Amino acid sequence: MTINKDKSRFDMTLGETLRSQGISRRSFLKFCAATASMMAMSPAMIPKIAHALESARRPSVIWLSFQECTGCTESLTRAHTATIESLIFDYISLDYHHTLMAASGHGAEDARKAAMEENFGKYLLVVDGSIPMGNPGYSTIAGISNYDMLMETAKGAAAIIAVGTCATYGGIPHANPNPTGAVSVGELIKDKPIINVPGCPPIPVVITGVLTHFLTFGTIPELDHIGRPKVFYGQSIHDRCYRRPFYDKGLFAETFDDEGARKGWCLYKLGCKGPTTYNACATTKWNNGTSFPIESGHPCLGCSEPDFWDGGGFYKALSMPTENITKTAIYTAAGAVAAGVALGAMNKSKKNSATKAHNKTTIDDLEK
Amino acid sequence: MSEIEFLSWVRGPGFQIAVIIFIAGVLIRFGEILLLGRKKNLAEAKGSEMSSGLRTIITRSIPDKTTFQRSTFTLVAGYIFHIGIFVTLFLFAPHILMFKEVIGFGWPSIPTPIIDATAVVTIIALLAVLAHRMSNTVLKFLSTKEDYLVWLVTILPLITGYIAFHRIGTTAPTLLAIHILSVELLLVIFPFTKLMHSFTVALSRWYNGAISGYRGVES
Repeated sequence: MTINKDKSRFDMTLGETLRSQGISRRSFLKFCAATASMMAMSPAMIPKIAHALESARRPSVIWLSFQECTGCTESLTRAHTATIESLIFDYISLDYHHTLMAASGHGAEDARKAAMEENFGKYLLVVDGSIPMGNPGYSTIAGISNYDMLMETAKGAAAIIAVGTCATYGGIPHANPNPTGAVSVGELIKDKPIINVPGCPPIPVVITGVLTHFLTFGTIPELDHIGRPKVFYGQSIHDRCYRRPFYDKGLFAETFDDEGARKGWCLYKLGCKGPTTYNACATTKWNNGTSFPIESGHPCLGCSEPDFWDGGGFYKALSMPTENITKTAIYTAAGAVAAGVALGAMNKSKKNSATKAHNKTTIDDLEK
Repeated sequence: MSEIEFLSWVRGPGFQIAVIIFIAGVLIRFGEILLLGRKKNLAEAKGSEMSSGLRTIITRSIPDKTTFQRSTFTLVAGYIFHIGIFVTLFLFAPHILMFKEVIGFGWPSIPTPIIDATAVVTIIALLAVLAHRMSNTVLKFLSTKEDYLVWLVTILPLITGYIAFHRIGTTAPTLLAIHILSVELLLVIFPFTKLMHSFTVALSRWYNGAISGYRGVES
């Protein structure tokens, strides 16, 4: 198939765009096969994915950034090489993203409104960052509070993808004592399908995987009990960790520079949250499959779980109590001993006075 | 409350509450026993209380032949689950870490698959003693509600621990939180039930031996 050079980039299907970028059919099919296996689909789905992606039209995407650090955007846009995943990401019509778009001020807001009107009911809404409910003035864009902008933009969205732990579960802004009253997207919007893609930041391929699924089937993937796509968040880091055999053998790094750390033993004792964290880091890895935090010697922080920031300390092992139990135990023991001694003294004095008050019974008494 | 919040609560305030009740309860119970006081024995001592007491702590822990033949099941199953609880509680690396955090020192752990197998054997032994208790007419007659409660709070941490380790049913944070919560239940109930025998067993055995020692008879 030849590419129509005159065809505007906006009118091209995804297949045409990929070919115009020099992606061969073979690489494209390889990508489809990899996507199918990554998303646990049967091989019979590969041609369907290929066909759907080939003919997919650019979906309009509106990206809203609220209380966030832009780390999620950085994560998704800083791929070192142009992969098919990143091309798919490039392919979407990102109509509004105030960090990435050239327009600013009224121009930017007009772009959002135009995209909403043109694609009402069809566009994808991506949200990163939490929404402050304490005071609308805590975070505004063009004078519009985050809450108002989210509710307005969500109305015409086909589906919402909450990206990053802030948008999915409140994240760092939501951490105790939550000064801005930060809430997640899911807490505010109940009438739209929401896909939670948590992580601080989330893995780029998870986003493209979700987009691929949406482009192929027009639906959202199967989600777990807290709205995460099961294909990526179905297994814990611990269960897929390459250091797991060391955990089973009882071989642990005790500090960051001991023999165990150098030999790559399990980081459980250094506070690894792998056993309670569901994410794809251990399998898809980061930076084009280079490694993931545990592989580079740092315990998992559990960033894809709600309230990970308040999880009791990053370097405290999961089985350790989070409060100072030693102090509690000492105070309790001191109090209990004091109470015991006092009770004992009271009993003793009671006994003594009873002995003193004791009247001996004589035969005469019994004969009365 | 999210899963991680639940987990944080059981690791923090929940654990604190349980430890306070446990320690205060155990010490008050001990105070009660020790401050009871004994009437002065006016009979002349015919032997040493201390040596007979200490010897009895050991001899009563080893079943004699007749007792073993008479209650083989109780003894075998009893020893299995007691040793099993000791191994799973004190030799599993994450548990040792918890103790180290609280008491300031730790000790070596043993490989996880051994703990895993021990937990299964212990659970089976505990199920067997319950079946025995419920099927044996005399035992059943002697059993109180407390006996069943104590059995339940003992087996719960083992079962929830096994499930949490293998991640069966739901997600890991919830499973771990439920496991810790079951341990907290055990800690709270411990001082007020016959679970106190973990601490008083040596004391009572010593006392049994001491009485005999004073009278100059073999205990």
